[in-house]
Amino acid sequence: MLKIADLRAEVGGTAILKGLSLEVPAGEVHAIMGPNGAGKSTLAHVLGGKPGYDVTGGAVEFRGANLFDLDPHERAGAGLFLGFQYPVEIPGVSNVQFLREALNAQRRYRGEEPLSGGEFLKLAKEKAALLKMDMEMLKRQVNVGFSGGEKKRAEMVQMGILDPAFAVLDETDSGLDIDALRTVGEGINAIMRSPDKGVLLITHYQRLLDVVKPDKVSVLADGRIIQTGGPELALRLEEEGYDALVSESVANA
Amino acid sequence: MPEAVTLPTRRDEVWRYADIDALERIGVAALDDWQDIAIADGETWQDCYVIGGDAPDLRRIRLNVGDGARADLFVTNLGADYTRLEVEVTLGRGAHFEFGGVTIGGGDAVREFVTTTIHAQPQATSNQTVRSVHWGKGTGNFLGEIKVARDAQNTDAAQDFKGLLLEAGASANAVPQLEIFADDVKCAHGATVGELDESARYYMGARGIPPELAQKLLVQAFIGDAFVALKDEPTRERLLEAALAQLGEHL
Repeated sequence: MLKIADLRAEVGGTAILKGLSLEVPAGEVHAIMGPNGAGKSTLAHVLGGKPGYDVTGGAVEFRGANLFDLDPHERAGAGLFLGFQYPVEIPGVSNVQFLREALNAQRRYRGEEPLSGGEFLKLAKEKAALLKMDMEMLKRQVNVGFSGGEKKRAEMVQMGILDPAFAVLDETDSGLDIDALRTVGEGINAIMRSPDKGVLLITHYQRLLDVVKPDKVSVLADGRIIQTGGPELALRLEEEGYDALVSESVANA
Repeated sequence: MPEAVTLPTRRDEVWRYADIDALERIGVAALDDWQDIAIADGETWQDCYVIGGDAPDLRRIRLNVGDGARADLFVTNLGADYTRLEVEVTLGRGAHFEFGGVTIGGGDAVREFVTTTIHAQPQATSNQTVRSVHWGKGTGNFLGEIKVARDAQNTDAAQDFKGLLLEAGASANAVPQLEIFADDVKCAHGATVGELDESARYYMGARGIPPELAQKLLVQAFIGDAFVALKDEPTRERLLEAALAQLGEHL
């Protein structure tokens, strides 16, 4: 579903991704862990198409198409969802308006009929309930005045409404307390656990993985995937830390 | 008594950013053409309109707001040529003046609001909110003078201006002026000029919203501030839609 081959990217002239390769087939949740500064968020933004993140080499194939041929909104229309580590505040625009415009823009991109106001509200209510979010919050301005945890929960409500084929979730667990972490993790399972969907889950901690249970875990260090394994790899990292694994991979190189 | 019969120059503070050539095309006679409106004690008055077309336009309004009376004025200024609205307001005891204005457009036209708010009596309040959105070589100005008379204690006057420039070459100017003779007075003014929030645009793109729609939503949110105090929804929509339609032509 997502095939990343020898991806190289730089930000402001500094090389961050240095030949990253990774494949996530449909039906798989693939966790990426790694120390600070390894390039995890850069990977998310390169996949999202953030201005200023320059691809200098390699290729990314998404559902059979060259991802880099698409503008950010076209990537979303093609089924890619990027969960932000720091969701952006948009004063003056309500969540309801924002999400209805977003969903209908995606539907138009795919040649589908837009949803009516009533149909949209019904869908929004259902997905907000899934994440235990009050509908009143959806009437408020996008992320304005939301706490860190509320922003992350709102991201997942957005994901539920937009119903993407593939989600790249960048530290969706940061800023969440234990109860919210469980709610968000269960939300990810409910929305994205499906034989025809895929998830790239960027995280620092085992805690979210206890709920979401990845099929594979990769370790990203210095712009490359240095090891891929099953869920046990995350447990080993929790025990030993990244340093042991990173020096092991340097010794093997 | 006729007042001005000669053209002003840009050395006059209130004409500092004006398009004097366009004013000449309108003719000096327009400078004498004041519309006088008196609002009786305790009454309320509201007017809302869209100004500006293909020819230069100068409008001058004098509002006399009686004791405890209220005047609300909301205007979208979208002239394709020089378009200037001047409002001179004199507030009685405990009166209120509310002004919301939007200037929007590209080309090389100057659109401006010039207000003089005279707090002549105690306890009057005024609130003015202007938003300017421009591109090309378009310009938007807000020159707002507040005069507080010696007896006008407990005056509360606020002015808020924000400019949003969609392209290099466009400009926005704010000139707040205060002349205060009373000592127990609150006068607040703020002015900022900026560009569209790139991170918001990227975030919207990541959710599937194409760049032109993202820009429209952000501009709509930006200018919406000017009409928050306008409670009549169809009228508010009319002023907003007229402004946003300009943007449609730009894209």
